Amino acid sequence: MRSPDALASSSAPHPVVRVLAADGRAVVQDLGRGGLAHLGVSGSGAFDRAAHRLSNRLVGNPEHAAALEVLLGGVRLALPAGCWLAVTGAWGLVTLDGELLDPHTAVRTSLPRELELGPATHGVRYTVAVRGGVAMAETLGSRSRDTLAALGPAPLAAGDVLPIGPEPEDPVPPADLVPVDPPTTGLAELDVRPGPRLEWLTADARDLLLGVEWQVSARSDRTGVRLEGARLDLARHGELASEGMLRGSIQISPDGAPTVLGPDHPVTGGYPVALVVTEASLDRLAQLRPGQPVRLRLVAGRP
Amino acid sequence: MRLLPYGDRALLAEFATQEAVLGALAAWQDAPPGVLELVPAARTVLVRIDPGVLGLRHLEHWLTTAPRAEAALPAGTEVEIPVRYDGGDVAVVAQAWACSPEEVAERHAAREWVCAFVGFAPGFPYLVPADGTAALPPVARRSTSRTTVPAGAVALAAEYCGIYPRSSPGGWQLIGTTDAALWDAARGDPALVTPGTRVRFTRVVP
Repeated sequence: MRSPDALASSSAPHPVVRVLAADGRAVVQDLGRGGLAHLGVSGSGAFDRAAHRLSNRLVGNPEHAAALEVLLGGVRLALPAGCWLAVTGAWGLVTLDGELLDPHTAVRTSLPRELELGPATHGVRYTVAVRGGVAMAETLGSRSRDTLAALGPAPLAAGDVLPIGPEPEDPVPPADLVPVDPPTTGLAELDVRPGPRLEWLTADARDLLLGVEWQVSARSDRTGVRLEGARLDLARHGELASEGMLRGSIQISPDGAPTVLGPDHPVTGGYPVALVVTEASLDRLAQLRPGQPVRLRLVAGRP
Repeated sequence: MRLLPYGDRALLAEFATQEAVLGALAAWQDAPPGVLELVPAARTVLVRIDPGVLGLRHLEHWLTTAPRAEAALPAGTEVEIPVRYDGGDVAVVAQAWACSPEEVAERHAAREWVCAFVGFAPGFPYLVPADGTAALPPVARRSTSRTTVPAGAVALAAEYCGIYPRSSPGGWQLIGTTDAALWDAARGDPALVTPGTRVRFTRVVP
């Protein structure tokens, strides 16, 4: 039974998560730091925000509580007894003391347990929430690691001790399982709308951008997801003065490849933005696997 | 001003000059609810909204009817930044400015600069001469970037003067170094220089 009272009586005064193994690609994230672009600081925050919110809801946390974003796996964590946890986002080989853990399910450790995040088979980014949240110190109002600006808690490393925050007000909700499909491994579609410099592309390049089946490059990270498969020619040349960038801006690099900017994008950039991924499609970007086919679909009509 | 599309969460306002960008930025500070962020840059202000609160059509209407202080630079705070003019690219800049290396320091420190925008890294200011007529000849970027530029490096590229808040790769021409802390995330105002801040460089002899 999921009684919060039982939890309170069994938890240690200062419970912590100990990192037993990590490969430098797992980071702490909350919903980011908005409104600081004029200082050169971008939003950062969870790449897959829906997965982040869901993991927190499953353990009764506020949606913005800090959780762990684990890229591809390779992480082992020692959890204390009486710790509620939930893993969302990517699907893969996730075990608790060697037993497979179902995705999108809140579980409570009756004893100290070892959580292992093995290779992801669907999507690439796991979100691991613990009840109370990961209580690292805040930087500029957020616990998010901005990997480009090097703000917020350093990426997880073996030996790290992550404090768990105080018991939240809300109980762990009674729903045992939230039915969410795993991230697709097939063709992913991203809805896009025109960006400010679409006309910098030749007509052929515009057709290619929206017609080609792109492939996700292995050279993708929280700064941007690079797409490969065709070379886009610019109709206009010359340098573009730096202008503001957003999560989801699709920049055309000088080598003719589109890059979709992620949460740790630079605040300003000098490559033309041809398209912008819609708000509703942004989370999908977080789970694209290297080599996965992607199609950009232009949404018609005014937003 | 020209408004350009920017997906379903923003519009990009484009201007003819850097001064007009700063004027619009100052005039738009009392933006309606739903405007989350104004991102100034060289010729543009990116206006990001929460579409659940303010529609793009309403934003467009507000941007086209809101008052704008065209070509008027706002009077921001003033900051003095001591510089040792010991950068590795002083000779390159001297050539671009057709002057002696010694005069690079003089010309740079003689001007009052104003921060047009912050980008590239947290707290990295893009400074332009506060008096538009005091512009210096543009300086080309290095053909290959340095893998490491030290924190506090004062550098030039195109029409801008920048200061590297922390050590990073960089392609700008280095003319000097400052000990001023451009960025400290733990400080109440983490960025020493923000858009509109006026900057005076004072020469420090090492």
